[in-house]
Amino acid sequence: MAIRTLTLRLRVDPIACDAFGYCAELLPELIALDEWGYPVVADLEVPPHLVDLARRAVRDCPRRALHLEKVPGRTR
Amino acid sequence: MIGLAAGGPPRPGAPGGPSGSVPATTAVVDDAPRTDAAPTRLLRAWYRTGRADLAAHESVHGTLPLPGRHDHGWPGRLVELVHSSGLAGRGGAGFPSARKLDAARVARPGPILAVNAMEGEPASAKDQVLLAHAPHLVLDGAQLVAAAVGASGIVLCMAHERLPGSLGVQAALDERRAAHVDARAVEIVGPPGRYISGEESALVSWLGGGFARPTFRASKATPLTIRRRPVLVHNAETLAHVALIARHGVPWFRAVGPPDSPGTCLVTVSGTVRLPGVQEIALGTPIASVIGDADPVAEVQAVLVGGYGGTWVPAGLLPTPFAPASLRAIGADTGAGVLVALPRAACGLVETARLATYLAAEGAGQCGPCLHGLPAIAADLTSLAHGYGDGDVLARLQHRMGAVDGRGACRHPDGAVRLVRSALRVFADDVTRHAAGHPCPGRAHSPVLAPAGHAGREEHRWRYGP
Repeated sequence: MAIRTLTLRLRVDPIACDAFGYCAELLPELIALDEWGYPVVADLEVPPHLVDLARRAVRDCPRRALHLEKVPGRTR
Repeated sequence: MIGLAAGGPPRPGAPGGPSGSVPATTAVVDDAPRTDAAPTRLLRAWYRTGRADLAAHESVHGTLPLPGRHDHGWPGRLVELVHSSGLAGRGGAGFPSARKLDAARVARPGPILAVNAMEGEPASAKDQVLLAHAPHLVLDGAQLVAAAVGASGIVLCMAHERLPGSLGVQAALDERRAAHVDARAVEIVGPPGRYISGEESALVSWLGGGFARPTFRASKATPLTIRRRPVLVHNAETLAHVALIARHGVPWFRAVGPPDSPGTCLVTVSGTVRLPGVQEIALGTPIASVIGDADPVAEVQAVLVGGYGGTWVPAGLLPTPFAPASLRAIGADTGAGVLVALPRAACGLVETARLATYLAAEGAGQCGPCLHGLPAIAADLTSLAHGYGDGDVLARLQHRMGAVDGRGACRHPDGAVRLVRSALRVFADDVTRHAAGHPCPGRAHSPVLAPAGHAGREEHRWRYGP
Protein backbone atom coordinates (compact mmCIF):
# COMPACT_ATOMS: atom_id res chain seq x y z
CA MET A 1 0.00 0.00 0.00
CA ALA A 2 1.28 3.43 -0.87
CA ILE A 3 1.85 5.66 2.13
CA ARG A 4 2.49 9.36 1.79
CA THR A 5 5.21 10.29 4.24
CA LEU A 6 6.78 13.43 5.57
CA THR A 7 10.54 13.47 5.61
CA LEU A 8 12.86 15.81 7.48
CA ARG A 9 15.35 17.99 5.71
CA LEU A 10 17.83 20.55 6.99
CA ARG A 11 17.80 24.04 5.58
CA VAL A 12 20.06 27.00 6.32
CA ASP A 13 18.83 30.58 6.40
CA PRO A 14 21.89 32.06 4.65
CA ILE A 15 21.12 35.59 5.81
CA ALA A 16 21.00 34.64 9.47
CA CYS A 17 24.00 32.29 9.32
CA ASP A 18 27.27 33.76 10.59
CA ALA A 19 29.55 30.76 10.10
CA PHE A 20 29.84 29.67 13.75
CA GLY A 21 30.15 26.16 12.41
CA TYR A 22 28.65 24.33 15.38
CA CYS A 23 26.24 22.50 13.10
CA ALA A 24 29.03 20.93 11.06
CA GLU A 25 30.74 19.85 14.26
CA LEU A 26 27.59 18.25 15.62
CA LEU A 27 26.46 16.67 12.39
CA PRO A 28 29.40 16.07 10.04
CA GLU A 29 27.40 13.28 8.39
CA LEU A 30 25.13 15.86 6.74
CA ILE A 31 26.85 19.22 7.04
CA ALA A 32 30.22 20.30 5.64
CA LEU A 33 31.78 23.75 5.73
CA ASP A 34 32.86 25.70 2.65
CA GLU A 35 36.20 27.48 2.47
CA TRP A 36 34.70 30.49 4.29
CA GLY A 37 33.22 28.43 7.10
CA TYR A 38 29.59 28.44 5.98
CA PRO A 39 27.60 25.22 6.13
CA VAL A 40 26.88 23.19 3.02
CA VAL A 41 23.93 20.98 3.86
CA ALA A 42 23.45 17.69 2.08
CA ASP A 43 20.24 17.80 0.08
CA LEU A 44 19.11 14.55 1.63
CA GLU A 45 16.42 13.29 3.90
CA VAL A 46 17.70 13.23 7.49
CA PRO A 47 17.97 9.50 8.28
CA PRO A 48 16.12 8.36 11.44
CA HIS A 49 19.26 7.61 13.42
CA LEU A 50 20.48 11.23 12.92
CA VAL A 51 17.25 13.03 13.72
CA ASP A 52 18.13 13.65 17.37
CA LEU A 53 21.52 15.06 16.42
CA ALA A 54 19.91 17.22 13.75
CA ARG A 55 17.47 18.60 16.31
CA ARG A 56 20.37 19.38 18.60
CA ALA A 57 22.24 21.17 15.79
CA VAL A 58 19.15 23.25 15.12
CA ARG A 59 18.78 24.08 18.83
CA ASP A 60 22.44 24.94 19.33
CA CYS A 61 22.81 27.32 16.39
CA PRO A 62 23.66 30.67 17.98
CA ARG A 63 22.06 32.47 15.05
CA ARG A 64 18.95 30.28 14.85
CA ALA A 65 19.83 29.86 11.20
CA LEU A 66 19.39 26.11 10.88
CA HIS A 67 15.94 24.72 10.28
CA LEU A 68 14.58 21.22 10.23
CA GLU A 69 11.73 21.18 7.76
CA LYS A 70 9.05 18.62 7.10
CA VAL A 71 8.72 18.07 3.39
CA PRO A 72 6.51 15.61 1.54
CA GLY A 73 8.54 12.48 1.00
CA ARG A 74 8.42 9.86 -1.69
CA THR A 75 5.48 7.56 -1.80
CA ARG A 76 6.50 4.07 -0.90
CA MET B 1 26.42 53.11 -20.98
CA ILE B 2 23.10 52.92 -22.72
CA GLY B 3 22.90 55.51 -25.45
CA LEU B 4 19.18 56.00 -25.31
CA ALA B 5 18.11 58.58 -22.81
CA ALA B 6 14.67 57.91 -21.42
CA GLY B 7 13.48 61.21 -22.92
CA GLY B 8 14.27 60.55 -26.57
CA PRO B 9 12.24 58.66 -29.11
CA PRO B 10 12.96 54.96 -28.83
CA ARG B 11 13.53 54.60 -32.54
CA PRO B 12 14.17 57.00 -35.34
CA GLY B 13 11.05 57.94 -37.22
CA ALA B 14 8.96 59.31 -34.34
CA PRO B 15 7.24 61.67 -33.77
CA GLY B 16 4.54 61.24 -36.25
CA GLY B 17 5.52 57.64 -36.56
CA PRO B 18 6.62 56.04 -39.79
CA SER B 19 3.02 55.99 -40.96
CA GLY B 20 2.97 59.75 -40.56
CA SER B 21 -0.74 59.91 -39.80
CA VAL B 22 -2.53 60.48 -36.54
CA PRO B 23 -5.78 58.56 -36.49
CA ALA B 24 -8.68 60.51 -35.04
CA THR B 25 -9.83 57.68 -32.87
CA THR B 26 -9.46 53.95 -32.97
CA ALA B 27 -9.34 51.17 -30.47
CA VAL B 28 -8.27 48.61 -33.02
CA VAL B 29 -4.58 47.89 -33.12
CA ASP B 30 -3.10 46.19 -36.11
CA ASP B 31 0.48 45.09 -36.15
CA ALA B 32 2.19 46.62 -39.14
CA PRO B 33 2.82 50.30 -38.62
CA ARG B 34 6.55 50.33 -39.35
CA THR B 35 8.23 49.80 -42.63
CA ASP B 36 9.78 46.55 -41.38
CA ALA B 37 7.79 43.69 -39.86
CA ALA B 38 8.55 44.46 -36.20
CA PRO B 39 5.34 44.86 -34.21
CA THR B 40 4.68 47.95 -32.15
CA ARG B 41 2.16 47.46 -29.43
CA LEU B 42 3.48 49.05 -26.27
CA LEU B 43 4.96 52.08 -27.98
CA ARG B 44 2.25 52.42 -30.58
CA ALA B 45 0.69 55.65 -29.30
CA TRP B 46 4.11 57.24 -29.11
CA TYR B 47 5.04 56.23 -32.64
CA ARG B 48 1.68 57.36 -33.99
CA THR B 49 1.42 60.69 -32.24
CA GLY B 50 4.83 61.53 -30.80
CA ARG B 51 3.07 62.24 -27.52
CA ALA B 52 2.68 60.34 -24.28
CA ASP B 53 -0.33 62.15 -22.83
CA LEU B 54 -3.76 60.74 -22.01
CA ALA B 55 -5.44 62.09 -25.17
CA ALA B 56 -2.83 60.48 -27.41
CA HIS B 57 -3.04 57.25 -25.42
CA GLU B 58 -6.84 57.07 -25.62
CA SER B 59 -6.91 58.06 -29.29
CA VAL B 60 -4.82 55.00 -30.13
CA HIS B 61 -5.78 52.48 -27.46
CA GLY B 62 -9.25 53.58 -26.43
CA THR B 63 -10.39 54.15 -22.87
CA LEU B 64 -9.60 52.01 -19.85
CA PRO B 65 -12.00 49.02 -19.79
CA LEU B 66 -12.73 48.96 -16.05
CA PRO B 67 -15.69 46.82 -14.93
CA GLY B 68 -19.12 48.18 -14.11
CA ARG B 69 -20.02 48.53 -10.44
CA HIS B 70 -22.08 45.34 -10.32
CA ASP B 71 -20.07 43.22 -12.72
CA HIS B 72 -18.96 40.59 -10.18
CA GLY B 73 -17.76 38.17 -12.83
CA TRP B 74 -15.26 40.62 -14.26
CA PRO B 75 -12.24 39.85 -12.02
CA GLY B 76 -12.45 36.17 -12.88
CA ARG B 77 -12.79 36.95 -16.58
CA LEU B 78 -9.74 39.21 -16.57
CA VAL B 79 -7.60 36.61 -14.81
CA GLU B 80 -8.86 33.98 -17.26
CA LEU B 81 -7.96 36.29 -20.14
CA VAL B 82 -4.43 36.75 -18.81
CA HIS B 83 -4.20 33.01 -18.25
CA SER B 84 -5.24 32.15 -21.82
CA SER B 85 -2.95 34.82 -23.23
CA GLY B 86 0.07 32.96 -21.86
CA LEU B 87 1.58 36.21 -20.64
CA ALA B 88 4.75 35.70 -18.63
CA GLY B 89 6.38 38.33 -16.42
CA ARG B 90 8.76 40.67 -18.22
CA GLY B 91 10.87 41.53 -15.18
CA GLY B 92 13.35 38.70 -15.54
CA ALA B 93 11.96 35.62 -13.83
CA GLY B 94 9.35 35.00 -16.56
CA PHE B 95 6.77 33.64 -14.13
CA PRO B 96 3.27 33.11 -15.60
CA SER B 97 1.41 36.33 -14.74
CA ALA B 98 -1.98 34.65 -14.23
CA ARG B 99 -0.58 32.36 -11.50
CA LYS B 100 0.39 35.43 -9.49
CA LEU B 101 -3.07 36.89 -10.02
CA ASP B 102 -4.73 33.64 -8.93
CA ALA B 103 -2.82 33.66 -5.67
CA ALA B 104 -3.44 37.36 -5.08
CA ARG B 105 -7.19 37.09 -5.73
CA VAL B 106 -7.80 34.74 -2.84
CA ALA B 107 -5.44 36.57 -0.49
CA ARG B 108 -7.00 38.30 2.52
CA PRO B 109 -6.66 41.10 3.38
CA GLY B 110 -6.62 42.52 -0.15
CA PRO B 111 -3.07 42.83 -1.45
CA ILE B 112 -1.03 45.91 -2.22
CA LEU B 113 -0.05 46.06 -5.89
CA ALA B 114 3.57 47.10 -6.38
CA VAL B 115 4.47 48.14 -9.92
CA ASN B 116 8.14 47.25 -10.27
CA ALA B 117 9.97 49.78 -12.44
CA MET B 118 13.17 49.64 -10.38
CA GLU B 119 15.24 48.43 -13.33
CA GLY B 120 18.41 47.83 -11.31
CA GLU B 121 20.00 46.07 -14.27
CA PRO B 122 22.52 48.61 -15.62
CA ALA B 123 22.24 47.38 -19.21
CA SER B 124 18.45 47.72 -19.25
CA ALA B 125 16.43 50.86 -19.95
CA LYS B 126 13.14 49.34 -21.07
CA ASP B 127 11.00 50.21 -18.05
CA GLN B 128 12.29 53.79 -18.02
CA VAL B 129 11.56 54.13 -21.73
CA LEU B 130 8.13 52.58 -21.31
CA LEU B 131 7.18 54.87 -18.43
CA ALA B 132 8.43 57.92 -20.28
CA HIS B 133 6.67 57.09 -23.56
CA ALA B 134 3.62 55.03 -22.58
CA PRO B 135 2.95 55.77 -18.91
CA HIS B 136 -0.81 55.42 -19.37
CA LEU B 137 -0.50 51.87 -20.64
CA VAL B 138 1.40 50.86 -17.48
CA LEU B 139 -1.07 52.74 -15.28
CA ASP B 140 -4.03 51.15 -17.11
CA GLY B 141 -2.55 47.71 -16.48
CA ALA B 142 -2.05 48.55 -12.82
CA GLN B 143 -5.68 49.66 -12.44
CA LEU B 144 -6.97 46.53 -14.17
CA VAL B 145 -4.87 44.16 -12.09
CA ALA B 146 -5.68 46.06 -8.89
CA ALA B 147 -9.40 45.79 -9.68
CA ALA B 148 -9.10 42.09 -10.54
CA VAL B 149 -7.42 41.15 -7.26
CA GLY B 150 -9.24 43.66 -5.06
CA ALA B 151 -6.03 45.47 -4.21
CA SER B 152 -6.09 47.92 -1.33
CA GLY B 153 -3.58 50.25 -2.94
CA ILE B 154 -1.07 50.72 -5.76
CA VAL B 155 2.53 51.83 -5.41
CA LEU B 156 4.76 52.54 -8.39
CA CYS B 157 8.38 51.81 -7.49
CA MET B 158 11.12 53.67 -9.34
CA ALA B 159 14.76 53.91 -8.31
CA HIS B 160 15.23 56.85 -5.97
CA GLU B 161 17.98 58.25 -8.20
CA ARG B 162 15.54 58.38 -11.12
CA LEU B 163 12.66 60.09 -9.34
CA PRO B 164 13.47 63.43 -11.00
CA GLY B 165 12.79 61.62 -14.28
CA SER B 166 9.42 60.43 -12.98
CA LEU B 167 7.81 63.81 -13.69
CA GLY B 168 6.23 62.37 -16.82
CA VAL B 169 4.57 59.65 -14.78
CA GLN B 170 3.45 62.19 -12.20
CA ALA B 171 1.96 64.32 -14.96
CA ALA B 172 0.20 61.24 -16.32
CA LEU B 173 -1.27 60.56 -12.88
CA ASP B 174 -2.45 64.17 -12.62
CA GLU B 175 -4.15 63.89 -16.02
CA ARG B 176 -5.91 60.71 -14.95
CA ARG B 177 -7.06 62.27 -11.70
CA ALA B 178 -8.49 65.27 -13.56
CA ALA B 179 -10.27 62.98 -16.02
CA HIS B 180 -11.47 60.58 -13.28
CA VAL B 181 -9.96 57.62 -15.10
CA ASP B 182 -8.74 55.66 -12.13
CA ALA B 183 -10.62 53.78 -9.47
CA ARG B 184 -7.57 53.67 -7.19
CA ALA B 185 -4.90 56.21 -6.34
CA VAL B 186 -1.29 55.45 -7.28
CA GLU B 187 1.63 56.51 -5.13
CA ILE B 188 5.10 56.87 -6.62
CA VAL B 189 7.87 55.72 -4.29
CA GLY B 190 11.65 55.65 -4.71
CA PRO B 191 13.64 52.90 -3.00
CA PRO B 192 17.44 53.15 -3.36
CA GLY B 193 18.37 52.14 -6.90
CA ARG B 194 20.82 49.35 -6.25
CA TYR B 195 21.39 46.37 -8.52
CA ILE B 196 19.30 44.06 -6.35
CA SER B 197 16.87 46.45 -4.69
CA GLY B 198 14.24 45.65 -7.33
CA GLU B 199 14.36 41.96 -6.41
CA GLU B 200 10.84 41.13 -5.26
CA SER B 201 11.56 40.39 -1.60
CA ALA B 202 13.95 43.37 -1.35
CA LEU B 203 11.29 45.68 -2.74
CA VAL B 204 8.66 44.40 -0.34
CA SER B 205 11.10 44.69 2.57
CA TRP B 206 11.69 48.35 1.70
CA LEU B 207 7.98 49.06 1.23
CA GLY B 208 7.40 47.64 4.70
CA GLY B 209 9.82 50.14 6.22
CA GLY B 210 12.91 47.93 6.10
CA PHE B 211 16.02 47.78 3.96
CA ALA B 212 15.90 47.26 0.20
CA ARG B 213 17.66 43.92 0.55
CA PRO B 214 16.39 40.42 -0.23
CA THR B 215 14.85 38.49 2.64
CA PHE B 216 14.82 34.79 3.45
CA ARG B 217 11.61 32.88 2.90
CA ALA B 218 11.04 29.40 4.18
CA SER B 219 9.75 28.48 0.73
CA LYS B 220 9.15 30.25 -2.55
CA ALA B 221 5.45 29.60 -2.01
CA THR B 222 5.43 31.78 1.09
CA PRO B 223 3.71 35.01 0.06
CA LEU B 224 5.52 38.31 0.49
CA THR B 225 3.72 40.49 3.01
CA ILE B 226 3.87 43.82 4.79
CA ARG B 227 2.44 43.44 8.30
CA ARG B 228 0.47 40.40 7.12
CA ARG B 229 -0.90 42.20 4.07
CA PRO B 230 0.19 40.38 0.90
CA VAL B 231 2.04 42.31 -1.77
CA LEU B 232 1.59 41.52 -5.45
CA VAL B 233 4.64 42.61 -7.45
CA HIS B 234 4.40 43.00 -11.21
CA ASN B 235 6.94 44.41 -13.61
CA ALA B 236 5.84 47.64 -15.35
CA GLU B 237 6.02 46.12 -18.84
CA THR B 238 3.98 43.10 -17.77
CA LEU B 239 1.16 45.41 -16.67
CA ALA B 240 1.27 47.30 -19.96
CA HIS B 241 0.69 43.98 -21.76
CA VAL B 242 -2.26 43.28 -19.45
CA ALA B 243 -3.75 46.64 -20.47
CA LEU B 244 -3.56 45.57 -24.13
CA ILE B 245 -4.83 42.03 -23.55
CA ALA B 246 -7.87 43.43 -21.69
CA ARG B 247 -8.68 45.57 -24.74
CA HIS B 248 -7.83 43.33 -27.65
CA GLY B 249 -8.17 39.80 -26.29
CA VAL B 250 -6.22 36.60 -26.46
CA PRO B 251 -6.12 35.83 -30.22
CA TRP B 252 -4.75 39.31 -30.86
CA PHE B 253 -2.06 38.89 -28.20
CA ARG B 254 -1.10 35.45 -29.44
CA ALA B 255 -0.91 36.55 -33.07
CA VAL B 256 2.74 37.40 -32.47
CA GLY B 257 5.47 35.24 -30.94
CA PRO B 258 5.73 31.48 -30.38
CA PRO B 259 2.72 29.65 -28.86
CA ASP B 260 4.56 28.88 -25.61
CA SER B 261 5.71 32.49 -25.09
CA PRO B 262 3.46 34.76 -27.12
CA GLY B 263 3.49 38.52 -27.53
CA THR B 264 6.07 41.20 -27.86
CA CYS B 265 8.70 42.31 -25.41
CA LEU B 266 10.96 45.27 -24.95
CA VAL B 267 14.68 44.70 -25.30
CA THR B 268 17.56 47.04 -24.59
CA VAL B 269 20.36 46.71 -27.12
CA SER B 270 23.81 48.16 -26.49
CA GLY B 271 27.47 47.45 -27.13
CA THR B 272 29.08 47.77 -30.53
CA VAL B 273 26.00 49.09 -32.35
CA ARG B 274 25.25 52.41 -34.00
CA LEU B 275 21.68 52.57 -32.66
CA PRO B 276 21.74 51.46 -29.04
CA GLY B 277 18.46 51.69 -27.19
CA VAL B 278 15.11 50.06 -26.56
CA GLN B 279 13.28 48.11 -29.25
CA GLU B 280 9.98 46.29 -29.15
CA ILE B 281 10.30 42.88 -30.75
CA ALA B 282 8.11 39.86 -31.28
CA LEU B 283 9.25 37.12 -28.93
CA GLY B 284 11.00 34.55 -31.06
CA THR B 285 12.82 37.10 -33.21
CA PRO B 286 16.35 35.80 -33.87
CA ILE B 287 18.95 37.56 -31.70
CA ALA B 288 20.94 38.25 -34.87
CA SER B 289 18.14 40.28 -36.43
CA VAL B 290 17.58 42.31 -33.25
CA ILE B 291 21.29 43.15 -33.21
CA GLY B 292 21.10 43.76 -36.96
CA ASP B 293 18.32 46.35 -36.45
CA ALA B 294 20.61 48.21 -34.08
CA ASP B 295 23.23 48.35 -36.83
CA PRO B 296 26.48 46.78 -35.58
CA VAL B 297 29.55 48.87 -36.24
CA ALA B 298 32.04 46.02 -35.89
CA GLU B 299 32.12 42.26 -36.19
CA VAL B 300 30.21 40.81 -33.22
CA GLN B 301 31.98 37.92 -31.47
CA ALA B 302 29.32 37.29 -28.81
CA VAL B 303 26.21 38.82 -27.27
CA LEU B 304 25.48 39.09 -23.57
CA VAL B 305 21.86 37.97 -23.24
CA GLY B 306 19.56 38.70 -20.28
CA GLY B 307 21.63 41.09 -18.21
CA TYR B 308 24.77 41.25 -16.11
CA GLY B 309 23.74 38.02 -14.44
CA GLY B 310 23.02 36.58 -17.88
CA THR B 311 24.74 34.45 -20.47
CA TRP B 312 27.25 35.03 -23.25
CA VAL B 313 25.96 33.66 -26.55
CA PRO B 314 28.65 33.15 -29.22
CA ALA B 315 28.32 34.54 -32.75
CA GLY B 316 27.53 31.08 -34.12
CA LEU B 317 24.37 30.82 -32.01
CA LEU B 318 22.98 34.27 -32.79
CA PRO B 319 20.28 32.87 -35.11
CA THR B 320 18.68 31.53 -31.90
CA PRO B 321 15.17 32.99 -31.40
CA PHE B 322 14.88 35.40 -28.49
CA ALA B 323 12.28 33.40 -26.54
CA PRO B 324 12.45 31.50 -23.25
CA ALA B 325 12.36 27.94 -24.62
CA SER B 326 14.90 28.52 -27.41
CA LEU B 327 17.25 30.36 -25.08
CA ARG B 328 16.91 27.69 -22.39
CA ALA B 329 18.10 25.14 -24.94
CA ILE B 330 21.41 27.01 -25.24
CA GLY B 331 21.76 27.66 -21.51
CA ALA B 332 20.51 31.26 -21.60
CA ASP B 333 17.28 33.07 -20.79
CA THR B 334 15.52 36.28 -21.73
CA GLY B 335 16.19 37.89 -18.34
CA ALA B 336 15.34 41.57 -18.40
CA GLY B 337 15.55 41.71 -22.21
CA VAL B 338 19.16 42.84 -22.37
CA LEU B 339 21.36 42.31 -25.43
CA VAL B 340 24.93 43.62 -25.44
CA ALA B 341 27.00 43.10 -28.59
CA LEU B 342 30.68 42.46 -27.94
CA PRO B 343 33.02 43.43 -30.79
CA ARG B 344 35.64 40.95 -32.00
CA ALA B 345 38.41 43.34 -30.94
CA ALA B 346 37.39 43.35 -27.26
CA CYS B 347 38.31 40.64 -24.76
CA GLY B 348 35.36 38.71 -23.37
CA LEU B 349 37.28 37.64 -20.27
CA VAL B 350 38.33 41.18 -19.38
CA GLU B 351 34.75 42.40 -19.89
CA THR B 352 33.34 39.57 -17.78
CA ALA B 353 35.91 40.14 -15.02
CA ARG B 354 34.75 43.76 -14.80
CA LEU B 355 31.12 42.66 -14.52
CA ALA B 356 31.96 39.99 -11.95
CA THR B 357 33.73 42.60 -9.84
CA TYR B 358 30.70 44.85 -10.07
CA LEU B 359 28.28 42.04 -9.18
CA ALA B 360 30.45 41.05 -6.21
CA ALA B 361 30.27 44.60 -4.86
CA GLU B 362 26.56 44.91 -5.56
CA GLY B 363 25.53 41.99 -3.38
CA ALA B 364 23.58 42.89 -0.27
CA GLY B 365 26.38 41.45 1.86
CA GLN B 366 23.96 39.28 3.80
CA CYS B 367 24.76 35.69 2.84
CA GLY B 368 28.24 34.32 3.50
CA PRO B 369 28.72 32.35 0.27
CA CYS B 370 27.85 35.45 -1.80
CA LEU B 371 29.67 37.94 0.45
CA HIS B 372 32.92 35.96 0.37
CA GLY B 373 32.47 33.86 -2.75
CA LEU B 374 31.67 36.49 -5.37
CA PRO B 375 34.73 38.68 -4.59
CA ALA B 376 36.91 35.53 -4.65
CA ILE B 377 35.44 34.50 -8.01
CA ALA B 378 35.87 38.03 -9.39
CA ALA B 379 39.50 38.10 -8.22
CA ASP B 380 40.21 34.69 -9.77
CA LEU B 381 38.67 35.74 -13.08
CA THR B 382 40.49 39.09 -13.06
CA SER B 383 43.85 37.41 -12.51
CA LEU B 384 43.05 34.92 -15.27
CA ALA B 385 41.88 37.66 -17.65
CA HIS B 386 44.99 39.72 -17.13
CA GLY B 387 47.36 36.81 -17.41
CA TYR B 388 48.79 36.78 -13.89
CA GLY B 389 46.80 33.85 -12.55
CA ASP B 390 48.70 30.96 -10.99
CA GLY B 391 48.44 27.46 -12.41
CA ASP B 392 45.49 26.55 -10.19
CA VAL B 393 43.33 29.56 -10.94
CA LEU B 394 40.96 27.83 -13.33
CA ALA B 395 40.36 24.84 -11.05
CA ARG B 396 39.88 27.14 -8.07
CA LEU B 397 37.43 29.28 -10.01
CA GLN B 398 35.37 26.25 -11.01
CA HIS B 399 35.36 24.94 -7.45
CA ARG B 400 34.30 28.29 -6.01
CA MET B 401 31.50 28.70 -8.52
CA GLY B 402 30.16 25.33 -7.40
CA ALA B 403 30.41 26.49 -3.78
CA VAL B 404 28.39 29.67 -4.41
CA ASP B 405 25.73 28.60 -6.90
CA GLY B 406 22.30 28.37 -5.31
CA ARG B 407 23.47 29.23 -1.80
CA GLY B 408 22.07 32.73 -1.35
CA ALA B 409 18.70 33.88 -0.09
CA CYS B 410 18.17 35.39 -3.55
CA ARG B 411 19.42 34.48 -7.04
CA HIS B 412 22.14 37.14 -7.15
CA PRO B 413 25.07 34.73 -6.69
CA ASP B 414 23.51 32.32 -9.20
CA GLY B 415 23.44 35.07 -11.84
CA ALA B 416 27.09 35.95 -11.27
CA VAL B 417 28.10 32.30 -11.53
CA ARG B 418 26.04 31.83 -14.66
CA LEU B 419 27.76 34.81 -16.28
CA VAL B 420 31.28 33.60 -15.44
CA ARG B 421 30.54 30.00 -16.46
CA SER B 422 29.25 31.16 -19.83
CA ALA B 423 32.35 33.31 -20.32
CA LEU B 424 34.65 30.36 -19.65
CA ARG B 425 32.66 28.33 -22.16
CA VAL B 426 32.23 30.90 -24.93
CA PHE B 427 35.69 32.42 -24.64
CA ALA B 428 37.40 29.05 -24.08
CA ASP B 429 40.20 29.82 -26.56
CA ASP B 430 40.94 33.05 -24.71
CA VAL B 431 40.98 31.15 -21.42
CA THR B 432 43.69 28.84 -22.76
CA ARG B 433 45.78 31.71 -24.11
CA HIS B 434 45.38 33.89 -21.03
CA ALA B 435 46.15 30.99 -18.70
CA ALA B 436 49.37 30.41 -20.63
CA GLY B 437 50.27 34.06 -20.08
CA HIS B 438 50.07 35.12 -23.74
CA PRO B 439 49.39 38.83 -24.21
CA CYS B 440 45.85 39.70 -25.33
CA PRO B 441 45.30 42.65 -27.66
CA GLY B 442 41.69 42.95 -26.44
CA ARG B 443 42.87 44.07 -23.01
CA ALA B 444 43.55 47.55 -24.35
CA HIS B 445 40.07 47.85 -25.90
CA SER B 446 37.90 50.53 -24.29
CA PRO B 447 35.30 48.95 -21.98
CA VAL B 448 32.18 47.72 -23.77
CA LEU B 449 30.43 47.01 -20.48
CA ALA B 450 31.26 49.70 -17.97
CA PRO B 451 29.05 49.54 -14.89
CA ALA B 452 29.04 52.65 -12.75
CA GLY B 453 30.70 52.56 -9.38
CA HIS B 454 28.67 51.20 -6.54
CA ALA B 455 27.59 52.67 -3.23
CA GLY B 456 28.73 51.22 0.08
CA ARG B 457 26.93 48.53 2.02
CA GLU B 458 26.14 50.51 5.18
CA GLU B 459 22.60 49.85 6.32
CA HIS B 460 21.30 53.39 5.89
CA ARG B 461 22.18 53.22 2.19
CA TRP B 462 19.73 50.35 1.75
CA ARG B 463 17.00 52.51 3.23
CA TYR B 464 17.78 56.00 2.01
CA GLY B 465 20.25 55.53 -0.82
CA PRO B 466 23.81 56.85 -1.14
